[in-house]
Amino acid sequence: MPAIKSRLGLSKSKIAGARALAAKIAAPVQKYIERHTTVTVERATLRLLGADGADKDGVPVPNIVVAQCGEAAAGGAARTYINALVKRSSTTEQLNEEIAAGLDITAIPAADEKQIKARASDLVERLDARISGNVKFRRERLAEWKDAEKSPLIYVIVATGNIYEDVKQARAAALQGADIVAVIRTTAQSLLDYVPYGATTEGFGGTYATQENFRVMRKALDEVAAQERRYIRLVNYCSGLCMPEIAAMGALERLDMMLNDSMYGILFRDINMYRTFTDQYFSRMINAAAGITINTGEDNYLTTSDAIEKAHTVLASQFINERFAFNAGMPAGLMGLGHAFEIDPATKNGFLYEYAQALMAREIFPVHPLKYMPPTKFMTGDIFKGYAMNTLFNFVSKATGQSIELLGMLTEAIHTPYLQDRYLAIASARYVHENIAGFSSEIEFRKGGVIRKRAARVLDETVAMLREVEKAGIFDAIERGMFAEVKRPKDGGKGFDGVFEKAPGYWNPAEDYLRRRLKITR
Amino acid sequence: MFIKPYGDTLDDGAVQLSFTLPVACGGRAKEGARQYVLKLGFRHAEIVHAHPLSPEFTFFVAYARTDIALDYSKVEYAEAVDKSMTMDQVNDYIRANFKRKLVVIGACTGTDAHTVGIDAIMNMKGYNHHFGLERYPMIEALNLGSQVPNERLLELARRHKADAVLVSQIVTQKDVHIHNLTNLIELAEAEKLRDKLVMVIGGPRVNNKLAKELGYDAGFGAGTYAEDVATFIVKKLSRTLLKK
Ligand code: B12
Repeated sequence: MPAIKSRLGLSKSKIAGARALAAKIAAPVQKYIERHTTVTVERATLRLLGADGADKDGVPVPNIVVAQCGEAAAGGAARTYINALVKRSSTTEQLNEEIAAGLDITAIPAADEKQIKARASDLVERLDARISGNVKFRRERLAEWKDAEKSPLIYVIVATGNIYEDVKQARAAALQGADIVAVIRTTAQSLLDYVPYGATTEGFGGTYATQENFRVMRKALDEVAAQERRYIRLVNYCSGLCMPEIAAMGALERLDMMLNDSMYGILFRDINMYRTFTDQYFSRMINAAAGITINTGEDNYLTTSDAIEKAHTVLASQFINERFAFNAGMPAGLMGLGHAFEIDPATKNGFLYEYAQALMAREIFPVHPLKYMPPTKFMTGDIFKGYAMNTLFNFVSKATGQSIELLGMLTEAIHTPYLQDRYLAIASARYVHENIAGFSSEIEFRKGGVIRKRAARVLDETVAMLREVEKAGIFDAIERGMFAEVKRPKDGGKGFDGVFEKAPGYWNPAEDYLRRRLKITR
Repeated sequence: MFIKPYGDTLDDGAVQLSFTLPVACGGRAKEGARQYVLKLGFRHAEIVHAHPLSPEFTFFVAYARTDIALDYSKVEYAEAVDKSMTMDQVNDYIRANFKRKLVVIGACTGTDAHTVGIDAIMNMKGYNHHFGLERYPMIEALNLGSQVPNERLLELARRHKADAVLVSQIVTQKDVHIHNLTNLIELAEAEKLRDKLVMVIGGPRVNNKLAKELGYDAGFGAGTYAEDVATFIVKKLSRTLLKK
């Protein structure tokens, strides 16, 4: 990423102050996280160790095991699974089949502790080989095709509901110049407390995230990448009730990016806050270990609230997301902090405010692969005006050095993108990116001008907000509706019954491995 | 009165089209696209742009002319309201005609999670400098938010003795809104609530005609403000009261 010298004259000490506040805000949450586990953290652990498959009713093996464990899951479900592997001297594949066929593994007598530990380190070794192999493969392709890498990376979405149809659209998009393909999830998958199994051909507004669907799309994108000699990144949604499990599947199947926000589920999906915080931590460790770039969801603050009035909520959330990610051992280079171009197009000087906000994000988060989202809320059936709005968005994106640009679709207000919509979006983005390639190094901003003043003001408002959140404590702040104007009670929301305090002697070899790999000290 | 599309001369019938065909780009593809446009009933067609989307797909921009005309005098469409009152006028109207506050309950129902539309109509702040119903002194407005089951909306309508129910439907893929709105009307009828309530729908892909077809009193599309709905509700209620 090109280093951009400060053009906004933002106060370094205010930025440092905001970071310090974010660290204070996250600290008590982190304490809570360390003492707790959840059903999906346990299921993700099992998946990392080899649990997979589903029974004849479609219940996934990891869910069966955690359900069998019941309260004992608080001690770590891995022990039960590995114990069964040792006692029955079976491979994970054999055991998975037996579990799917009805075997109750909690009824199996305890094996010798040494054997359990030995088997665990075999499984972890296999896991490490898989993850390291994926990281290496990606690194090598990126190095080999370095010259094809442009900035910002062009990100498009496919969402037909049918993974095989998605493949056709994704392939076409890659050929047209897309660098990143996201497969949107079907409506309401985020509220399922399990990950469906196998390839799927029916979805609503999107396609199910399943491990097999990941594999199908990965293979297709690798093929086009080889043909185009340009690495094509695959994205999915690591959010909702199965955050860590989706991360695990992504790590195994070499996804490159995951939507992954520390508070999105709480605010926008009404998932319990303790559940979300605990889940985001484990999911981020997995993403970090697998070299997966996360995309945070700050754009959502602006689709529900006014983008000028609430600009500081975006920056505040970016600081908080950054801190939680650091706490999970994630390097800044994997933090695709989100923001969006959502100011009412009727606003005088709206473009200047957008510019200020985007450049501010770039200067405050200099090495982070920022994820910039297009206009959506003010897109209407006037596709021609929408195309013009997207052109301005493309301009700001390139001129302010954004890293990941989710392209706006001229038909945003109408339907999920047609093949031609994506082409038109990519054509406009490439035109703008090329045409203003050297623009950012040509201009400076007037002291006391609209852009500098706007950025300074948003930063001030952010510091004030973080101070308030810190004073209230983040759990109370969310309860009182300080984020996104939604109030979420602490014990409310979905998934709270799936949170456990870790029992004494809690054991999780996958977590131990991740901590080692990421050098996180307790 | 017969009408045709207007390009630059009355009755030239000029139309602009863009579409994708599942064929490789090239001269044959362009000719195929042109013939296809003619098959749609156009008289003259010109493919002005063709671009490959992949080896199997091509995007076309076409201009064409048509002889087909429409008898506009036969087209019927009634807007839900002809001229909307202002917020103050609505409140005065309620004071004068009902002598009590009106109760309006709204929600985005079914699986639909979009709240911004119903908030624009109902919340204090409103939308585009037009206040929402919560601001109306003579309206008791209750916004239930999104993903509200139809049963719950009706239950609360009964409990609060609502005068009107507002339903927002934003997602229309696979006609989910039709299924959901039909379900709501059927429930309201089964619970003998339909005649007691003014029932209004809204969303960017719905309109007054669809609302009527589905058994609602009115439907509002993109760009609606609270005063539009409020005007409809008070006029409709006063008409029903007069009948009694
Ligand atoms: C913001 C947004 C979201 C946010 C919603 C946040 C929130 N709290 O509301 C989030 C990110 C959660 C979201 C999720 C999804 N979304 Co969405 N979303 C949008 C977006 C960008 C803007 C909608 C909006 O806020 N408009 C602004 C308001 C003010 O306008 P409005 O809703 O039209 O309301 C006005 C009028 O219609 C009318 N009105 C509306 N309701 C009512 C009710 C009454 C009674 C009256 C009188 C009037 C009225 O008055 C309002 C003011 O004038 C639109 C695209 C677009 N530009 O329209 C897509 C869009 C609506 N979403 C879409 C989809 C597909 C989804 C998802 C299914 C995606 C997925 N796969 O997960 C999910 C749905 C989840 C679910 N269960 O519903 C599609 C819908 C396609 C279709 N026609 O079916 C759209 C069009 C985007 C697209 N091109 O794909 N979305």
